[in-house]
Amino acid sequence: MVQIIKPGILIDFVSKFKLAVSISIILIIVGIGHLIIKGPKLGIEFKGGTSIQLEFDKPIKVTQLRDAIKDSKIFSDSRIQNIGSSNKRFIVYTKVSTSSTTKSIEDTLKPLLKSKFGDTFKILEVDMVGPKIGKEFRDKGIIAIVLSLIAILIYISLRFQYRFAFGAILALIHDVLITVGFLSLFGYEFTLDVVAAILTIVGYSVNDTIVIFDRIREKVKSNRKLSNVEAINQGVSETLSRTVLTAGTTLFVVLALFLFGGHALKGMSFALLVGIISGTYSSIFIASPTLLLFKGQLIPEKKEVESTDRFKQQIEFDIKQRGG
Amino acid sequence: MKTSTWIKLIIVLLVVAIFGAYTLPTVIGKKNTKYISELVGDVLPTDTINLGLDLKGGMHLVLGVETDKALFTVLSRAASNLQQQLLNAKIAADSVIPSGKDATIKITLVDPKDADKAVNIIMNNFPNYKVVSEGQPIVIKLKEQIVEKIKKQAVEQAINVIRNRVNQFGVTEPTVVRAGEDHIVVDLPGIKDANRAVKLLGETARLELHLVDDSVSVADALNGNLPPDDEILYEIKRDPTTGEITKVPFVVKREPIITGDMITNAHVMFGGTLNQPYVAFELNSEGAKIFADFTATHIGKRLAIVLDNAIYSAPVIQSRIGGGRGEITGNFTLEEAHDLALVLRSGSLPAPVKILQKVTIGPSLGKISIEKGKKAMIFGALAVILFMIFYYRLSGLLADLAMALNIIIIFGTMVMLHATLTLPGLAGIALTVGMAVDANVLIYERIREELLIGRSVHDAVNTGYARAFITILDANITTLIVALILYQFGSGPVKGFGITMAIGLLANIFTAVTFTKTVFDIVLEKFRPQRLSI
Repeated sequence: MVQIIKPGILIDFVSKFKLAVSISIILIIVGIGHLIIKGPKLGIEFKGGTSIQLEFDKPIKVTQLRDAIKDSKIFSDSRIQNIGSSNKRFIVYTKVSTSSTTKSIEDTLKPLLKSKFGDTFKILEVDMVGPKIGKEFRDKGIIAIVLSLIAILIYISLRFQYRFAFGAILALIHDVLITVGFLSLFGYEFTLDVVAAILTIVGYSVNDTIVIFDRIREKVKSNRKLSNVEAINQGVSETLSRTVLTAGTTLFVVLALFLFGGHALKGMSFALLVGIISGTYSSIFIASPTLLLFKGQLIPEKKEVESTDRFKQQIEFDIKQRGG
Repeated sequence: MKTSTWIKLIIVLLVVAIFGAYTLPTVIGKKNTKYISELVGDVLPTDTINLGLDLKGGMHLVLGVETDKALFTVLSRAASNLQQQLLNAKIAADSVIPSGKDATIKITLVDPKDADKAVNIIMNNFPNYKVVSEGQPIVIKLKEQIVEKIKKQAVEQAINVIRNRVNQFGVTEPTVVRAGEDHIVVDLPGIKDANRAVKLLGETARLELHLVDDSVSVADALNGNLPPDDEILYEIKRDPTTGEITKVPFVVKREPIITGDMITNAHVMFGGTLNQPYVAFELNSEGAKIFADFTATHIGKRLAIVLDNAIYSAPVIQSRIGGGRGEITGNFTLEEAHDLALVLRSGSLPAPVKILQKVTIGPSLGKISIEKGKKAMIFGALAVILFMIFYYRLSGLLADLAMALNIIIIFGTMVMLHATLTLPGLAGIALTVGMAVDANVLIYERIREELLIGRSVHDAVNTGYARAFITILDANITTLIVALILYQFGSGPVKGFGITMAIGLLANIFTAVTFTKTVFDIVLEKFRPQRLSI
């Protein structure tokens, strides 16, 4: 039997809590600080503008491309991004968009490039978003984020008693902040795809937390003499193998997406990559130790955890059935 | 074997067969599917998966209908009608100004004492309006429900017109749908000349024939001496050799004689000394009668052919024109004539549209994306497959089969639902691949624990599945909630991400639990192994 983590292992996770929190806080301060100081780099679908993806037959220099277009009003303060390593594919971003159906932005670009590069280029993609619909996308994105958070919060609070719910939510916020911070630090744009990825992380990262919490609860119930610290350490240790494995398999695919998925999936897969790592880390090092922030037993004796009968039944069923 | 195992096995085989049949055409391509259909008859599905524009190239366009302008048209008609009625009642109005923004008409009277009389006329003859202010100026407002109705009709009519035009492009499976209040989303897969298509769709194509007012000199009119029922329009001439554009002003009667909605058909013809293309149009019976009567009484006068406020030509009426046929000449290229005929045939837009979003993706980029997406998926899946076999041996192989089945179900369901596969959708599939084996990891870890505390193989498997089930449900539900929200609120590509993930997660419960358990049951019953390859 191949094993990454030996069965029966017991690690003192609780003692690492302070260190973990310090690391997280530093990462969040650096990341979010960067975001606040530099401002979020919004994709054109949120702020409006035009991006034009070009492919040249031969490698060219970015400066050549810039020289060709800098005299045009539309492209004078445009940003040029070199995609891949071949020096053949570039994206030109401009803040300008047009609602006119008769004259397009790329019609202005084509002659500029033609006079310098002849027919050695082609336009692969044009993405133009007007300011009005950019606002609609922003609004929809915000609605989706808020709804997802509310839905997950409802799920967690139905599933757990307040102390556990608090830990799970804290871990969730931690993951979102870390991911957003890293995206900003590494210069990724916030696009619709990236927002989708962040939401996916919200859904995904709760899972590990739920599994670990269930095991901790089971520990407390089966042995009332365990101290809170012991219960947490045992619960996390026993589920460690599966926590690492499940994160690992998902990371394999996300890493493949990041490495081989091409430019279009870069931002999205980067967000997923950071989010999944952060989610796994936070379930172990953030969510679980926060259970100790409240005084008293993790699960008060006699009085069952959940108030409604339905959930009393469900929890009893869980505890009978589960283990992770 | 037990009956319950038999039933499970049959269900599993049925699922594999059904979803497999739907996935097959996508995998083997349309050609081979045809070949198979010829062999076995038309029993198998032949549809392949619907690729999003980001994967096959094409244009995605979001148009906004300027409903205020449609409103303005209605208001101006009412305003001129009102002006006439006031005139008939001998009430002099300084100005009658319609405003599309707030759906009002402001009436300033020369003598404020006439206000009561004017309000009376309005109340009696304009039931769709309510009087907001009776003082000077009088302000009347179009009723809210009428405003809504006009706007709604404008959008619906615009969709119909645009759909007519799109259908003449000859692209396969175009879509034109309404989104939100006044947005129209147009998807044109595989369109070659995107900018020409945009021009065609955006053209208001309001054709009107106006009488040229020869009694007013153009120079006078340009200096501000314009009779109230006249307007200045320009003929735009382009020199075919130098490309130079000149604008020639004309004074025409404001009221059109013929409007575009009287046109029933239009097509390209060739004629003249140079055999140049021109557009011939046909009018409905009402238009034909007006046209015949008008031309009979205005021989020798000029008639301006106006499209979207620009004069194309202003020929002299030589004789009465019966039969409801007319022609538009100009220095057209064949393409221009063809496009003009197309927009005239498909009708005019009730209000101008503007572009809110435009995404054009070249077919080559779509191919690159598919290649990269495929590559990423294969590498990711391969890593997972090998790892699972390495870590869990035969049981790992079983989990890999479950994962493959999951992918087949995702593709099959998408074909069945005619859902669209996008690039983020591919990422969604990749992600579910990772999560699909998660469920089996949960189960297997539990089985290992049970084996470690000395349970028999049979018991360990059964308790392992039973105990991991709720955890698997948990894991899938939280992500499913998000996937559904993404499907609901996402646009295009993100929607694709939501749908593949939602299907994948639902399928996961079947493949990771029911499917693998069935295989375990069969193996345990048939071979009664003492040790498990896990």
